[in-house]
Order: sequence, then C-alpha cells, then structure tokens
Amino acid sequence: MKKNNKNQSHIISVTVENRFGVLARIAGLFSARGYNIDSLSVAETEDPSISRMIIVVKGDEKILEQIYKQLNKLIDVIKVQDLTQEEHIERELALIKVNTQSFNERQEVMQLVSIFRGKIVDVGKKTLTIEISGVDSKIRAMLDLLKTFGIKEVIRTGKIAITREFK
Amino acid sequence: MKGAQIFVECLKREGVKVIFGYPGGAVLPLCDVLYDSGIRFILTRHEQGAAHAADGFARSSGKVGVCLATSGPGATNLVTGIATAYMDSVPIVAITGQVATHLIGNDAFQEVDITGITRPITKHNYLIKDVNEIPRVVREAFYIAKTGRPGPVLIDFPVDIQRKDGEFYWPEKVEIRSYKPKYEGHPLQIKKAWELIKSSKRPVLIAGGGVIISNASEELKKFLEKTNIPVAFTLLGLGSIDVEWEYSLGMPGMHGTKYANFAISEADLLISIGCRFDDRVTGKIDEFAPNAKIIHVDIDPSAISKNVEVDIPIVGDAKLVLKKLNEVAEKIDISDWLKKIKEWKETHPLKYEKNGFKPQYIIEKISEYTKGDAIICTEVGQNQMWTAQYYKFKKPRSLITSGGLGTMGFGFPAAIGAKVANPDKIVIDIAGDGSIQMNIQELATAVYNKVPVKVFILNNCYLGMVRQWQQLFYNRRYAFTCLKGGQPDFVKLAESYGAIGYRVTNEKDFNEILPKVLEEKEKVVFVDCRIEPEENVFPMVPAGASLTEILDGLA
Ligand SMILES: Cc1ncc(C[n+]2csc(CCOP(=O)(O)OP(=O)(O)O)c2C)c(N)n1
Ligand SMILES: [Mg+2]
Repeated sequence: MKKNNKNQSHIISVTVENRFGVLARIAGLFSARGYNIDSLSVAETEDPSISRMIIVVKGDEKILEQIYKQLNKLIDVIKVQDLTQEEHIERELALIKVNTQSFNERQEVMQLVSIFRGKIVDVGKKTLTIEISGVDSKIRAMLDLLKTFGIKEVIRTGKIAITREFK
Repeated sequence: MKGAQIFVECLKREGVKVIFGYPGGAVLPLCDVLYDSGIRFILTRHEQGAAHAADGFARSSGKVGVCLATSGPGATNLVTGIATAYMDSVPIVAITGQVATHLIGNDAFQEVDITGITRPITKHNYLIKDVNEIPRVVREAFYIAKTGRPGPVLIDFPVDIQRKDGEFYWPEKVEIRSYKPKYEGHPLQIKKAWELIKSSKRPVLIAGGGVIISNASEELKKFLEKTNIPVAFTLLGLGSIDVEWEYSLGMPGMHGTKYANFAISEADLLISIGCRFDDRVTGKIDEFAPNAKIIHVDIDPSAISKNVEVDIPIVGDAKLVLKKLNEVAEKIDISDWLKKIKEWKETHPLKYEKNGFKPQYIIEKISEYTKGDAIICTEVGQNQMWTAQYYKFKKPRSLITSGGLGTMGFGFPAAIGAKVANPDKIVIDIAGDGSIQMNIQELATAVYNKVPVKVFILNNCYLGMVRQWQQLFYNRRYAFTCLKGGQPDFVKLAESYGAIGYRVTNEKDFNEILPKVLEEKEKVVFVDCRIEPEENVFPMVPAGASLTEILDGLA
C-alpha cells in the first residue's frame, strides 16, 4: 500500500466541452465518490466551445489517481491535468470589506493594501473594500492583518492556475 | 420530417429491430411513428420490465438493447433497469419522453429531471433541445453505449421536438473529441506481463465479464490451453470457456468453490482479465491473494488499482490483449501447482446433502438436459448462487444475471429479452419465489408476444438468501423474510395469464416434467419447485472475512 499524505492539496485543471450539464456531472462525480472539493472555478476558454475548470482537492496519491481516471471517463471531459505536478502559476482573487472606524484606521489599511499591491475598489462611510490577488498564502496574510480592524465580508474566487511556458 | 420521424429513421439506421417499452403522453408522437415503422415494439407491463428486457437482449446478443418510456413515472420506472445495466457494463439505449421544452423546469405534469436522476448510472445521457441535433445525438448514443467499456445511455426527448419539423441527415461517422476509447494494450506492458507469467510458479487467471463483453473466449481458451494456467470465473465471467475444463476452478469469492479460493490465496501471480475485484470476489481486501503479484487487464483505466494494488496494469480490450499474449505464450513449468490444484478439486468438490428435494439437484438436471446450450437467466439470491455453482456453463453469453447491482426481478424480463434476441435457443429463468414476484406482470408480455421462456421457481417460501444470513449471523431471527403468508398459487397464476404451470415436490416428478417443459416450443412455462425451505448456499465466506475463512455447513 502506498502511504501518502492524505491532505496533500492538488490543483486539477479539467478541460471540458462547454455544454449544459457538465458542471453537474463533475460535481456529482466528486460527491458520489466522497471526494471533497476545496474550491472550483469555471469559465469559458479562448475557444468558446470549451470550458476550463480549476478544481482544488485534497487527497493521497491513490485518491488522486481515481479522480483523474474517473474524470477522464466522463464523455464531456477532454483533458485532465494535475498542475501541482508541473511548474505552474497560481492565483486567487479576494474582495475584502473591512471596517474602518477612524481616519487613522483608514490610513493604516490603505498602507497595508499598497504593500500587498492590492486596490481599494469601494469606499463606504465606515468600510473600505479591497481587491487583492495572489497565491493563497499572500491572501491569508492579508486577511490576518486586516482581522484587527474587523472584517465585514470576504469573497474569494478559489484558485486558478496555468502551466509555465519554457519555450 | 417531424422530429419523431427523424428519430425513428435514425434508430433504423442503427439497425434497431426491436424496442421494449411502454407508452404515455410524452412519447405519443414517437409511438405513432413506431406503430407502422417495421420496428418490433414489445409492450411490457412495467417500464422496469422493458429496461431489463433490453438488457437481456443486449447481454445475450452483444447488440445494443433499446427501451422506451414516457416522461415522469415512466422514466423513473426505468431507473433500476438502467442502474443494473450500468453496474454490469451492458450497452442499452433508454429513450424517455420529456415535457415540452418551454415547460421544462416548471414542475409540469409528469416532469422529472431524468438526465439529472440518471447521471450517476449512465455512461452518458442527452436532453435533446433542438430538432436538428437528433441524428447526432442518436448516433453518439449508440456509439458510446457499445464502444469502450459499454454501458447505458439515456436520451431524453421533449414531446414538442418530436412534433417539430426538421431535416433528416445521417452523419457519416461519429467524432467525439473527448471520447477515444483505447483498445490495444501497451506492447511493453504485455511483454512485461508475459515475463512475469513465465517466471511464475503458482499462477491463477481470473476471467471476468470483460472476457464475454469483448468476445474473447476463443483467445482465452487458446491462452489457457497453451499455458495450462488454472482459471477462475467471476459470476459475470461464467461461460467464458467450459467450466469443466481440466484446470477450471469455477467461481471464486463469497460463494465460490473452496479450490478457487484456496488457489487464489496461495497464488504467486493473479492475471485478472476484465474483472474489477468486486468485494464479493475478494473477501477481506487486505488478505486477498497475499502472495500474488497482479496483472490486471481492463478496458476501463478506472477499474485498475481501484480495489487492489496492481503490479502490471494493461489498459485494453481483453480480446486484443489475449491475442498479443498468445503470440508469445507457451507451456510453462507449473506441474507441482497443477497437481495441487487437482488434489484440491478432488478433496473439496462442491457438494450438498441429498436429502429431500434440493435446488442444487434441479440445477444439475437442467444442466445435464441442456448441455450448456441454453441461455440461463437468474434472479437474485440463493437461486442465483446455486445456478452459478451447479450449472455447467460452456459458452459465453449463456448466463445472464445481475451481478453488480443484484437486482431481484431482473431475470424474468431479461429472459424475455434474451429469447427475443435468440428465438432458437432454450431460454430459462432460474427464479426465487421472492424475486419472481417483483416483475411477475411480465407474464402477460411473454405470453402475448409469444416469447416462450421457461421459469423454474426455486420456491422455498423465503427470501432465502437473507434468511440464510439471519440463520447464520442473526441468531435465526427471521425478520421479514418468510413469504408463506400471501404467496400466490404460481400454477394458477401462470394459467390465468395463458401460460402453462406445473408444481413439483420431488425428484421423480421433476424428472418427469423436465423434458416436457424444455421441449415446449410455443408456450411460456412456470414450474413451481417446492424445494427444501431451509437449504443454504455453501461454501460461504462471510462478508468481510478472508477467502480462506470458509463456512461449510456440512458435517
Ligand atoms: C430489488 C431488491 N430488493 C432486495 C434485495 C435484497 N435481497 C437479496 S437476495 C434476497 C432474497 C431473494 O429471495 P428469493 O427471490 O426468494 O430468492 P432465494 O434467495 O430464496 O433463492 C433479497 C431480499 C435485492 N437484492 N434486490
Ligand atoms: Mg425464495
């Protein structure tokens, strides 16, 4: 028996026919076989007949192998790739609404945002909304720092990723 | 042309000669076209019967079986049949009517999301949304059903599109960019496999349903005769080759022969062909074939290394892989092993106590009489296991049984489908008194359509297999398994439908009627065999135990 880290996170890129019902098929496959999806993002690709899903899952090698095979078995799936096995760039986008009670707090938050190369995208009377993108750890660090001000709401996209080109 | 006409024309192009089905509001236009289309329509008495009949048709012939139902309850009644076909990789195309497209999603009368419901139990499914996509969808559906690892495909066909005008065209070939089944095994893997086989001392081959699906019997026989490697057959693999071959081990697993289970447990090499290592075959997985390296040939990559770790995976079609193996195969030196196998077979044969009227005896007699030439269907339970143990299967597609799902009520409608596909063969359903009542209404279908199948009910007045577990593991508390109260008179019941009914209670009477039953060419026959009510299926490996922990039941 292979003993692998059960909690190893994998970013799987699934290229599928851009058709009605495909998302349900994929989500159904994961739930029926008891695999947990950490995050999922779907969008059309440069070819409008094709969509790409980036799915983040945790599991050992055996589970990953089954996920890979089961996904490939679906008729609408064109290609499955484990991006964590390859050189890749990953990004996630977060929108964070943070409480700012005073002028000083606003100043402080704005400074943090600029260090993290984020953007202020909305200003309320007592809140600032921040857009930040990057790898998971960067977003977590940002959230951690903002916690002291009081985070009102966070929306995260889930990871997207793409392989690096060497040619 | 109307959508319904286009659809039926496509079915004809696919070579469909018979459809098992049941009408309703959402398939009225389709049925109207089918009425004088030349395609035989067999009206079953329940949609589940239609699905199982299409399944039996497909398993017995290797062709795609077709069933049809209306929307809503008609469609949901197909579900068990579709799941049964899915688990056993049977190519069927299920056609369902659907409410008109503008009503979909509105909880319209008799609307169900049948593509949603059947998503996990079909190989693929379609909801037709445009009259112009009918030919492509039908073409793809049949192609997907029968290629690669076969399986059921459902087409949901809204009633307004059946009535819409469109053009008929026939796509020259099917091109699905995301679906390219792989048939040729990797040559290097095959070479490695043979190296391993050659150096093995105690090899066992396990032949699964994949051997039968890929029509690989000839190739398997050749391989086995060249190498003399002992072979075990999973339930769905029975009939791959003659089960009476010198080094045949019969069926392994929960109710397998002792010698098959011993051989697997001592083997140093398992060659699995088209078998997915179901838990009924392996017993406790950690103790399965503890000393063996494993070669696994399967057309479905996801079947490989799912349940057991495999040393040499070969993704490919059983027939093609065996052909390649046969190019290099030769005698291997395993004489000590073969001697041991022979000893096991002699000292641990299948046996039962011959007191009273025994189900095993009935199967043996049917086997002797038909000489492996009949198509044997079964229900589920003890009847199924006794059939697997005591019928001497010789040919592929001669056993039709619900292996993966274990669907009671499967055998009788499947037998109808098999007989429709094979009118010249004797087709028998070995039934249990419980199972037969699950689709007993199909008596009308068989009688009316002149499909003279023969049903032997091994009547123990119990849900016998469940009762057996209660006897062995639940302190003989027979909770809800006694069928005595309310059991119909099967003879009168058969007669009331216009079939022949017999009742037999002993060997002598049974032997007297057996030729009459099997030689009856015109009529459906039911034989109510009043067997020993508490007879058990042995040997038995309890669920979760290892293959060597065998209960025997005999003193
Ligand atoms: C549709 C369905 N319901 C329940 C079961 C569980 N089950 C397995 S075997 C069995 C008993 C079958 O009784 P019978 O048909 O009389 O066969 P016997 O075992 O007595 O030969 C039952 C209830 C099943 N397999 N399928
Ligand atoms: Mg019974």
